[in-house]
Amino acid sequence: MRIALLSDIHANREAFAACLAHAESAGVDRYVFLGDYVGYGADPGWAIDTVKAYVERGAVAVLGNHDAAIGVPKRMSTSAEIALAWTRTRLDWSQREFLARLPLRIEEDERLYVHANAWAPDQWGYIFGSEEAGRSLRATTCRLSFCGHVHVPQLYHLTLSAKVGAFTPVAGKAIPLLLQRRWLAVLGSVGQPRDGVPAAAYAIFDTQRSDLLFLRVPYDIGAAAGKIRAAGLPSILSQRLELGY
Amino acid sequence: MPALGLAVGQTIGGFRLDECIHVGGMASLWRVSALEGGPARVMKIPLLRYGEDPAAIVSFEVEQMIMPRLTGIHVPQLISSGDFDLPYLVFELIAGHWLKSRLDDLPLPFAEVAAIGGKIATALHDLHRQHVIHLDIKPSNVMVRESGEAVLIDFGLSRHEELPDLMAEEFHVPIGTGAYISPEQLLYNRSDPRSDLFALGVLMYFLATGQRPFGDPVKVGGWRRRLYRDPIPPRLIRDDIPPWLQELILRCLEVDAKARHATAGQLAFDLQHPGAIVLTERAERRERSSLFTVATRYYLAARGRPQFVQTCSHQLARAPIVMAAVDLSNGAEPLAEGLRLTVRRILQTEQSARLACVNVLKLARVALDEFEDEHGRNRHLQRLAALKLWAHPLQLPAEAATYHVLESTDPAGAILDYARNNLVDHIIIGARGTSSLRRHLGSVSARVVAEAPCTVTVVRTARQAFLPEEAAS
Repeated sequence: MRIALLSDIHANREAFAACLAHAESAGVDRYVFLGDYVGYGADPGWAIDTVKAYVERGAVAVLGNHDAAIGVPKRMSTSAEIALAWTRTRLDWSQREFLARLPLRIEEDERLYVHANAWAPDQWGYIFGSEEAGRSLRATTCRLSFCGHVHVPQLYHLTLSAKVGAFTPVAGKAIPLLLQRRWLAVLGSVGQPRDGVPAAAYAIFDTQRSDLLFLRVPYDIGAAAGKIRAAGLPSILSQRLELGY
Repeated sequence: MPALGLAVGQTIGGFRLDECIHVGGMASLWRVSALEGGPARVMKIPLLRYGEDPAAIVSFEVEQMIMPRLTGIHVPQLISSGDFDLPYLVFELIAGHWLKSRLDDLPLPFAEVAAIGGKIATALHDLHRQHVIHLDIKPSNVMVRESGEAVLIDFGLSRHEELPDLMAEEFHVPIGTGAYISPEQLLYNRSDPRSDLFALGVLMYFLATGQRPFGDPVKVGGWRRRLYRDPIPPRLIRDDIPPWLQELILRCLEVDAKARHATAGQLAFDLQHPGAIVLTERAERRERSSLFTVATRYYLAARGRPQFVQTCSHQLARAPIVMAAVDLSNGAEPLAEGLRLTVRRILQTEQSARLACVNVLKLARVALDEFEDEHGRNRHLQRLAALKLWAHPLQLPAEAATYHVLESTDPAGAILDYARNNLVDHIIIGARGTSSLRRHLGSVSARVVAEAPCTVTVVRTARQAFLPEEAAS
């Protein structure tokens, strides 16, 4: 089975649609959404409706911190708060209800899906490096953890002597997640990449081969950025799409 | 031979164990056959018992990651693998001999040393182009196929630049084989493909002299001696080793990777063209460094670890072998000038490139013997001189360029053969014209473009567009 893993869509319709089309042509069997469907971008309703339609057909989705903040506002950066306040005005009841019912974590076979980390999914702590990665890996019994939240793709694993190895994945090159080890993949962001590459990021996990393929998908950045400007959202939110940072 | 409770006749993953070939420190090797029939294979089964050396486990994992990603004649073909419950790898059974089996006959004739070195360098270049550095080149990890190619085996310590480096994450000590490990590996850098050239230098030294240049130290402290103590020049041990071979071996053994060949391909090139090697002080070295020099190096080596920034693909990209196919016939001067301009542009961006200047001396189909005589030799030498004259304005350092006059009835075929046999990365060739006759008969450059194993740049003269068709041909 080939599983598409998409995280941090952030209401970027163009990036999301490009990744879904890419996954479709790659012959993906299953979709997993790792949270943060809204915030920053100009198409929150479309993003939620699309995720919802996939979930109705068997996909799974977990809650992200921006999704949670739609119902329960939380302190964030100024531009994020402005975007969320705007987003609340764009969502209908059923879209809010969908977000409110999302679980914080889902376990499926040997895999854990969670937005931020495994040790306290509702506290939204970031996995910035090996220390947090180790903390997260030790907080679950699943062999494989998949999360997002950081917007920079990274792959961690526990070595035989319980040290944490870190690796920056190369796009398009499948990495075997050896069965003897435990792995934590931090997915890049579909809708707001921050590793200096503006192309949308997602990944495909092949369960038979146990390998993980990080991917980058070019999309219509100009259109997505234009909508953010047209919505009157902070200019930094459109600029960073163009910079990928 | 007993190995881990495994027995002949036992079945693992659809293969029957037929014979235990070898039991090493990290794994056992079995000749196996598939239950459904087919040729004999080799199965590698790691020593994974509780309490075993963790290096055995990690090195097996490294092979599990890297082997499915390697292709080509210079690595064993992976047939099948087993996972966690039943870890094993099944490879093709290589028809040929193990290089280690030649160690009983040391020292080997220098021509054989150069031939073996050339095969291994070619295999390494193929490996490096696949983003992998072997990091444990030694006679026991090299096989030679019956068809002559070297096959590199045992990738347990290797580094794939696009995959996590499990070895470096697990072990914070230098990892390698004491006699062969490179200075970079001792300084914790596992990302430089030239580390494999150092090990190949040790191997060639050993084959040529019967002695290991740095002995066979057991402890890391002993391994580090090579950072400051240079080896005895091979010609001091065996005086029939030619200066050019000593030059190559000692260049491989340079402590500073930058002083070695830039790529395995460039070393393979030199081993194929000994006459074209520029000899330096290394070739005639008759003694080891003075104690003062050694003491200075010792002091510098003890001062900590230099930082390296180097990856396999980066190093290969900046050190291509560029072939300029130069037409020296009458009337081709403007084109030769255009060719030189293009070559200059390429060499300016790739500082470690090697330029092979090639001219084909076209033979008549019948009179082959003519070139055996004095007249033929003279023509050859004249062409060589003309080729050097062509290259002179480029002002290249002697070691960056070589000159070759090929004699053939088929210029395009000769250029293509040369490119294939010398690991050429880029051919630069002139197109003489666009006449209708040429279009019908096919030109040399068109055939080179069509059949070349590498990138080809076709050069035209700047004014070609403005010339009438007949004049341009």
